[in-house]
Amino acid sequence: MAQTTFEEISAADFFYRNRDIAGFTNPSRAIFAAIRELVENSLDAAESLKIPPDVYVRLSYEGEASAETQIYKLRVEDNGMGIQPRHIPSAFGQILFGSKYKLKQQRGTFGLGGKMAILYGQITTHQAATITSSTGLAKIYMYKLMIDIQRNRPIILDRKVLINREQWRGTVVEFSLEGDYFRAMPRLLEYFKQTAMVNPYANLTFVDPKGRLYKFTRVTKEMPEPPKETKPHPYGVDVELLQRLIQLTSCKNLLEFLRVHFHRVGDITARKFLEFSNLSPSKNPKRLSHEEIVRLMHNLKKFKDFLPPDASCLSPLGEELLKAGIVKELRPEFVAVHQRKPATYAGHPFVVETGIAYGGEVPRRGSFILYRFANRIPLLYDEASDVSMRVITAMNWRRYKVMPDMPISIVVHICSTKVPYKTVGKEFIADRPEVRKEIANGLREVARQIQHFLSRREHVDRERKRLGVFSKYLPKIAQFSAQLAGKEKPPDIEKLLKSVRQFGEEEA
Amino acid sequence: MEKKKHKGSVVERKKEVLSSLENLGLSIYEQIDGGQFPSITMPSRSTENINYDPQLRQFILGDRRVKRSARNIRHLKPFAQLVWAALFSNELSSQRKTSTLRDVYYSAQAYEMTFKDQQESNNIITDLETVLGFSREDFNIFPEERSAVFGDLTIEYTVPGYEGKTMDLTSHPDGVMIGPALTSAEFVKTKADKVIAIEKGGLFTRFIEENVHRKFNALLVLTAGQAPRATRHFIRRLNEELKLPVYVFTDGDPWGMHIAMVIISGSANAAHLRELNTPDAKWSGVWATDIVNYKLPTDPLDEIDMKRLLELQKDPRYKEDPLWHREIKTFMKIKRKAEQEAFSRYGLTYIVDEYLPAKLEETR
Ligand SMILES: Nc1ncnc2c1ncn2[C@@H]1O[C@H](COP(=O)(O)OP(=O)(O)OP(=O)(O)O)[C@@H](O)[C@H]1O
Ligand SMILES: [Mg+2]
Repeated sequence: MAQTTFEEISAADFFYRNRDIAGFTNPSRAIFAAIRELVENSLDAAESLKIPPDVYVRLSYEGEASAETQIYKLRVEDNGMGIQPRHIPSAFGQILFGSKYKLKQQRGTFGLGGKMAILYGQITTHQAATITSSTGLAKIYMYKLMIDIQRNRPIILDRKVLINREQWRGTVVEFSLEGDYFRAMPRLLEYFKQTAMVNPYANLTFVDPKGRLYKFTRVTKEMPEPPKETKPHPYGVDVELLQRLIQLTSCKNLLEFLRVHFHRVGDITARKFLEFSNLSPSKNPKRLSHEEIVRLMHNLKKFKDFLPPDASCLSPLGEELLKAGIVKELRPEFVAVHQRKPATYAGHPFVVETGIAYGGEVPRRGSFILYRFANRIPLLYDEASDVSMRVITAMNWRRYKVMPDMPISIVVHICSTKVPYKTVGKEFIADRPEVRKEIANGLREVARQIQHFLSRREHVDRERKRLGVFSKYLPKIAQFSAQLAGKEKPPDIEKLLKSVRQFGEEEA
Repeated sequence: MEKKKHKGSVVERKKEVLSSLENLGLSIYEQIDGGQFPSITMPSRSTENINYDPQLRQFILGDRRVKRSARNIRHLKPFAQLVWAALFSNELSSQRKTSTLRDVYYSAQAYEMTFKDQQESNNIITDLETVLGFSREDFNIFPEERSAVFGDLTIEYTVPGYEGKTMDLTSHPDGVMIGPALTSAEFVKTKADKVIAIEKGGLFTRFIEENVHRKFNALLVLTAGQAPRATRHFIRRLNEELKLPVYVFTDGDPWGMHIAMVIISGSANAAHLRELNTPDAKWSGVWATDIVNYKLPTDPLDEIDMKRLLELQKDPRYKEDPLWHREIKTFMKIKRKAEQEAFSRYGLTYIVDEYLPAKLEETR
């Protein structure tokens, strides 16, 4: 009988072994995922200071790796907040280390993305990553790092401190990785375009290995309000979270515990809830038994009188910006956008924004083109399974005079502290009734607007056609009748045409 | 009726047609000149407005009128087409040229007037007929299908190049086609004392071979199925101008019966026109009762034939005369039909030697 051996692996080791989970499935996905993770970090870093982001991405060819894959150097540079020097090694060399575990809407959440990219580069090229960053103060810090996979620790190979003469602020991440750019290219360019669409205040520049420049220029410096950090809402807690809060808390009784640690729970609500749950307000939370904690969790979900979470922790794009983004990237003839009021699912606040673009450069595909976004990140995979797709399919578009063969693009953006992704792949939104309802209502609103537009245009068209018919046939009638009557020249029809035009204006 | 001259009737009519076309143009011209959207009113040709007039013994249009106005966008194109058709007819008539309905359809394109299809252009010509009360043959527009005439009648052409030339309608053994030239010819003289109209070409030829025209002193007209309007008008002229009684021989079935009826009482489609029917013409056979009496070889009436009989039974034109009643009833009873050729069972000349004289006598 074989001997079973046990060992412990580090987080870095785990993700090294399971890099599929984070999207580094194959050489073309890897290029895409690496760029995407770094760009999103850069956008987060600029937005948290409410600075219009400038992100510069360069992918350059370094050499052959195999028949299908090449080695590239990836450089991503931003004008974001920068990182304090003492955090740089961990932020880029230690898996599950990050600053975004807080409850507010951000792109990053896990403390994983940037490191997965660097880790992938390291295991495919065995080279170090270089991170250069400054918070805009006197110095610029430059680290050369590798990740100690077994211990999940950064290995600092070099460190330089430079004088920041120009008061530069931002971060540059540079490392080599193996990949297949040419297979990744269509998705990648689509990713940039869609990112530009929901970040119309950002400048995105991409230089590809052939030296081709793709530039997505901002059309506004307006930015959405940055999100505020929030506390968990009672409807959204689980036993694990409760236990963690109880461990950390300095509150001596349940009343205070509820008030301090939960979103939208004040003194009165807390008392009512405790009465509802048959718990004494003065009980020390640290004294709760495991069973009591489980019951507390259930009661928190059952109690009807908690106010819904407010949305200050969210940062939706807003109708103006969404419209600007759509116009900028899709160049339609007509666009309508709508922002829903904040709603919640399972204690998590969310906001749905919808848009519809018609005509202009929007192509005619025989079916609507759907752009999906979550927290200002484009979702490019698994479209068919997404709740938005289901809502669109179920909707009666005919009612709005909208047909699938029209040149129409639909945009759905959902913002949440916890986007209801269906899978860990983070590529499509689950079909939850609350979310579905918001998306459906949002789409109905923009559909109404496009219907209005279409029927107005139809009217104008009809009017133009009507005039066309009169200007075609009246002269003929005049000419034929004159010839028939043996007159020299046809009678004047200007007066009749004028009254036709007048009539049309009255109708409109 | 030895010698008769009817010269003048055709020429007079042409003048009337031309002036009514010009007046139509003038009325439209003046309306536009006066700053008005021109309009035209004409009797409605919708079925509710088609009535049978027992006095005239034909269908006529009732009092209901429709207005075509150039203000109405849906009328605009047909209005222009109508004016164009009038102009086209005017040019045809004044240049003394003829054309067919098919020509009309194509000619329009030269004026950047398009017709969706032949049907649309035919309808416009019918509108023009309705507005002016003349039939299209008067505007020198003829249908495609042609029938023929044979017998002792001398005509005088009025068509360009043939003006004043005369012709004897026995001069061609296949008969002479009833086309634009013949339709517009004047009748000069005839010795015939009756007209026999025949549905089918085979029998028409047989009658000529058998000298029916001489034996019975008759003009023979081939209707070639349902008689074209030019032919119906021609038969009427023979009846009216030459005072010749008209006998119609058709197949012994509901369709043949109706061919005779249209010659006698006209069609609903031509309710806006006069002088296309010959109220005193007689249907001489083949009757349903002939089928029985002459023991003719028959075919069964099929479903469509029976349906047609039921329709005819309700038709006001058939209500008039007990003869039609009796024949429809007999058809329904025996449920059989016979072609004119069926008489051949008694020998090729039987129809001429026996049947024809008997029926002419019976329907006189
Ligand atoms: N360009 C940058 N500018 C400033 N800080 C950055 C930048 N990139 C990364 N960071 C810091 O490094 C941390 C780790 O980044 P990483 O991408 O690994 O995880 P994350 O963004 O927190 O979460 P996720 O796994 O969802 O991307 C971030 O939380 C952030 O504090
Ligand atoms: Mg990240």
